[in-house]
Amino acid sequence: MAKTANKQVICDVLLEAAKQDKDIVALCSDSRGSASFTSFADIYPEQFVEVGIAEQNLVSIAAGLARCGKKTYAVSPASFLSTRSYEQCKVDVAYSDTNVKLIGISGGVSYGALGMSHHSAQDIAAMASVPNMRVYLPSDQLQTRKLMQELLKDNKPAYIRVGRNAVEDIYQEGNIPFEMDKATVITEGNDVAIIACGEMVKPAIDAAAILKEKGVSTTVIDMYCIKPLDEETIIKAASNAKLIITVEEHSPFGGLGSMVSQVAGNHCPKKIITMALPDAPVISGTSKEVFDYYGLNGNGIAKKALENL
Amino acid sequence: MKDLAVLAYELREDVVDMIVEGGAGHIGGDMSVMEILTELYFDQMNISPQNMDDPKRDKFVMSKGHSVEAYYAVLARKGFFDIQEVIAQFSKFGSKYIGHPNNKLPGIEMNSGSLGHGLPVCVGMALAGKMDGQDYRVYTVMGDGELAEGSVWEGAMAAGHYKLDNLCAVVDRNRLQISGNTEEVMGHDDLHQRFHSFGWHVIDVEDGNDIGQLKEAFDTAKTIKEKPTVLIANTIKGKGSKVMEDKASWHHKVPKEEELEQIKKDLKEKKEALQNGKNS
Ligand SMILES: Cc1ncc(C[n+]2csc(CCOP(=O)(O)OP(=O)(O)O)c2C)c(N)n1
Ligand SMILES: [Mg+2]
Repeated sequence: MAKTANKQVICDVLLEAAKQDKDIVALCSDSRGSASFTSFADIYPEQFVEVGIAEQNLVSIAAGLARCGKKTYAVSPASFLSTRSYEQCKVDVAYSDTNVKLIGISGGVSYGALGMSHHSAQDIAAMASVPNMRVYLPSDQLQTRKLMQELLKDNKPAYIRVGRNAVEDIYQEGNIPFEMDKATVITEGNDVAIIACGEMVKPAIDAAAILKEKGVSTTVIDMYCIKPLDEETIIKAASNAKLIITVEEHSPFGGLGSMVSQVAGNHCPKKIITMALPDAPVISGTSKEVFDYYGLNGNGIAKKALENL
Repeated sequence: MKDLAVLAYELREDVVDMIVEGGAGHIGGDMSVMEILTELYFDQMNISPQNMDDPKRDKFVMSKGHSVEAYYAVLARKGFFDIQEVIAQFSKFGSKYIGHPNNKLPGIEMNSGSLGHGLPVCVGMALAGKMDGQDYRVYTVMGDGELAEGSVWEGAMAAGHYKLDNLCAVVDRNRLQISGNTEEVMGHDDLHQRFHSFGWHVIDVEDGNDIGQLKEAFDTAKTIKEKPTVLIANTIKGKGSKVMEDKASWHHKVPKEEELEQIKKDLKEKKEALQNGKNS
């Protein structure tokens, strides 16, 4: 199956849009290569700003540009963008309500053995708790493209996290179920509801296939929209299922699991198992090695489901 | 002096082995910083596995943490750990030798990797030395691209303000960062004046890959009173082999077979020339 990195699609969408719209400006912090934005910098040098290794500066400059009518895309590793520039994101982007789209690349544990300084396992918690900040973790290139096309139409802040590696397609060209700020229900069942985001959607689908063989019927939800969270879909799934499992490439606190638990707890209490990275620096290894080690794969999720049903 | 220059080349060979075995590594900056680390660890600083628990020993923070391979090679040679173990495990699954400095390992003071932290942390260490009336010295090495981080200048301001003459920073001025030439990405050509106006004593090291020049600069820094000192060490990224020298694409790269052969050959030649007392 074809594999494409979501960050590549973000650049492609912006390249297309920048052709028509001179107000689109991309900014990088010595990150254009890792962001796959070298082509943007080369083709539209007038619509590209390089700030050097200065992520706080990156976000504030993007906000200033936006206040003067530019549609800005600040593209930097998710770890630095979300924690180094956190206050700039909070004050200059969300609070001042500027049209800055924060593109966090190489998110989660994409950087593998480079360690915790380079991992972003706090970004959902950090960003989602800021008023007026939307948070999206798309799962594949097709969904990423749809999401970016929608975001181009609005002038509100948003944080988008994508991984570093090429990922398998979840959806199919010509048949991409996508509605802005509505989760995508991939399969429907009435035993378990697995709610996942980003790179964890694929393992959730794998788990559903394993569970099907054991006679367990599963709902799989791609919750790419973490904020605004699609509460309606969560409530419906929780009402129909005996067990909810959330899966995310994030700290166990303040992310998808916490947010889903909150909604379910308020509206339709059900047993919820939250699967996430540990509250510790993760073991050294590639993303796949890390996911496998912590059971964040099809088998691991299916096992949790069977243990808790 | 010749011995440390030779040592720097031996350590470069360790770095290459580590990166090839681990399949990852920031090789360019490892090569440019090697003489700086060698002179610091084998001549200037009193840091060793024997005195790590002594509060009076010197302190070091590797601010440009991505050059961890060079740092591992130096620490291993100092006896903190076994180089063969590092080479075998670097960047592998479950390894403690990860791609940035981590203070779970012996000899490493602070975790780094996110640029722009080392200098302000060292300001804290230098202030502690003043508070406690200790005369240890505090050292850090930064990349030149790293200097775009505002936190570097907040630290620089504080160091000048508190007249931290027990603090010495080094800029590995190799004029390259990931996206290319530093002067095109975010210029620093007035670096000397900048540090000077922040209250620092500034020493330009013409050849920052020359042990003798580095020694002289570090020795001078020790005599400067009432001011922190910065060495602007003009180095060559990828130093040691024409395959990598001064090439932005070698910031992070694993040599392919042919490249590896040439790099090993170049490093060996340079090392032997130094051993024979010829000029490199
Ligand atoms: C805060 C932060 N932003 C971005 C990075 C990613 N990064 C790693 S190395 C590097 C370039 C460093 O260039 P320079 O400081 O000149 O180091 P050197 O040339 O000595 O390798 C960047 C941008 C990082 N490690 N930390
Ligand atoms: Mg540099």
